[in-house]
Amino acid sequence: MLGYTIKRLLQMVFVLWIVSVIVFLMMSFTGDPVFMVIPIDSTQAEIDQARRILGLDRSLFEQYLVFMKGMLQGDFGRSYVYRQPAMDLILERLPATMEIVVVAMIFAALVAVPLGVYAGANPNRTTSRAIMSGSLLGISLPSFWVGMMLIFLLAVQWQIFPSSGRGETVDFLGLKLSILTLDGWYHIILPSLTLSLATMAIILRITRAGMMEVMRQDYMKFARAKGVSRRGVLYGHGLRNALIPVVTIFGLQLGDLIAFATITETIFAWPGLGKLLIDSIYRADRPVIVVYLMLVAFIFVVINFLVDMVYTWIDPRITVK
Amino acid sequence: MAEAKPANAAAPETLLRVEDLRTWFHTFSGTVKAVDGVSFSVKRGEIMGLVGESGGGKSVVGFSILGLIDPPGKIESGAIEFNGENLKDAGDARLRDIRGRDIAMVFQDPMTSLNPLHTVGEQMDEMLRLHTDMDAGQRQARCVQVLEDVGISRAADRLKSYPHQFSGGMRQRVVIAIAMLAQPKLVIADEPTTALDVTIQAQILKLMRRQIRDNGASMILVTHDLAVVSEMADHITVLYCGKVVERGPTDDVIRRPSHPYTRGLIDSIPNPAHRMARLKQIPGAVPDIRKLPKGCNFQDRCPRVGTLCRESEPPLVATGARAHACHFPLKEGETE
Repeated sequence: MLGYTIKRLLQMVFVLWIVSVIVFLMMSFTGDPVFMVIPIDSTQAEIDQARRILGLDRSLFEQYLVFMKGMLQGDFGRSYVYRQPAMDLILERLPATMEIVVVAMIFAALVAVPLGVYAGANPNRTTSRAIMSGSLLGISLPSFWVGMMLIFLLAVQWQIFPSSGRGETVDFLGLKLSILTLDGWYHIILPSLTLSLATMAIILRITRAGMMEVMRQDYMKFARAKGVSRRGVLYGHGLRNALIPVVTIFGLQLGDLIAFATITETIFAWPGLGKLLIDSIYRADRPVIVVYLMLVAFIFVVINFLVDMVYTWIDPRITVK
Repeated sequence: MAEAKPANAAAPETLLRVEDLRTWFHTFSGTVKAVDGVSFSVKRGEIMGLVGESGGGKSVVGFSILGLIDPPGKIESGAIEFNGENLKDAGDARLRDIRGRDIAMVFQDPMTSLNPLHTVGEQMDEMLRLHTDMDAGQRQARCVQVLEDVGISRAADRLKSYPHQFSGGMRQRVVIAIAMLAQPKLVIADEPTTALDVTIQAQILKLMRRQIRDNGASMILVTHDLAVVSEMADHITVLYCGKVVERGPTDDVIRRPSHPYTRGLIDSIPNPAHRMARLKQIPGAVPDIRKLPKGCNFQDRCPRVGTLCRESEPPLVATGARAHACHFPLKEGETE
């Protein structure tokens, strides 16, 4: 187990290194950040000076070494725009994104799994067909439209929820969190709902497919022959056997939402990572983009590791080696 | 023992009575009358063999008794009376009480009838949790004891194992142990040895018989293997295309079958006395149960078929302990 963990950690480091190279090269070939940070009427001498200060006058290889050295020391560079460490900018906004994503994922799972179990256990019922049709909507409706509709109906027409912002936040262990205040919850609900719909639909469909497969198994009938209640058969014996693909998709979707909640955050003016990323791309704020991409890669790698751990917990036949 | 006897004597001799049971499956391609008017009864302490070829509706009888028929299947009519209680019209809650506690099942394939994600202990414990008010310690003790009864050594350790850590024969022992846990009055064993190695089959059958006898339970042994039935069962009921074609005490039926189908089944058992002779078989195959012929279902495969057989379906005629459904039954000693 320890050996496996160490092996996985080394793998993670390797993946992150590859990502760093790709990210660095990509950034170097797109746009010249100098023109974003100096006044338009600067002289050539001023431009050269700015280049030197930013370290852009050196060779690509040298730049990479400086970049790597910085990273290894925990220095991810300073934002050209904000003149602050890029990492601080990211970490400041990460909790906001994590909040809506975690709420969205929990909401998606709580709704999708029971519905998926129901639809998989009773595939021919009208209710199941309605659920499946609904899930198609969830997959095919674009989130910007859903977000706008939610704002239009629930924030403008009926004014139940606020349309934008994060609401009141509370400091908790140095993080600013909205989920600890009622006002914060009011603000979280609409963006989380928007984020969760597609994931909900996908998880629902995967759960249903898994359950339909499981329903045919002998051990389900054997459990019934033991006198187990229908609920016990479905959730105690069936669901866990259908869970491996569900967990896989759940992990992928979690990473996806953290990385690309951008559109939803923009619509609801949610001050998370997505908005920072968009702003940074506009301004060619290279260090921020680099840290952002590295962080996303890191999150994906960690989630993958956790998903693999969950596999072994779900199914004793799966062992790590 | 002395106290148990009067209670036993007071209870009627018949444990299960199935009367004119019809379980049909309404599929897109027509109604499959998997079980079509089956009657039999099982006495206390008796082993009843339910015999027939694949597709004869044997398993459906077992599932019907426990109310485990799922759509498109439906019990159309008939009576299922267990211990004086009408099971056919019992509610689901009542049936759940009976399943496992009064009537337990053993399935065909031990590789698939245990849940791969739960330990053997958990799956055994579930049965006791559902049907007894033992505390955790008592349940554990009972599990160990029953597991040892079915011949699994180091039972306490094995409770923590998962099914994939057992061989096929061991798993079937576990399944039998689960079935016996709550001391059921009736065990329905659906082809319990078909999926096992031949070498293991005899062991498992012996084990089942001993378990049934030791617990004073009854058993319905569903199988296609007449050889198995002749060793195990007290009574035998032969099914063909969802109907009873012959019924009676095992020895009697085996020695002098009345129905040509039973004769055919007996003849297709390899006999050591005729080693070099070509093994007999019943010609043809079970007809499509959705398009049964007019008259006797066995007509196209029967060596004794006559005009009457193609016109009217033979009724089940009872004489003493025996019954058969044939227009031209075999007389004693007659081969074909």
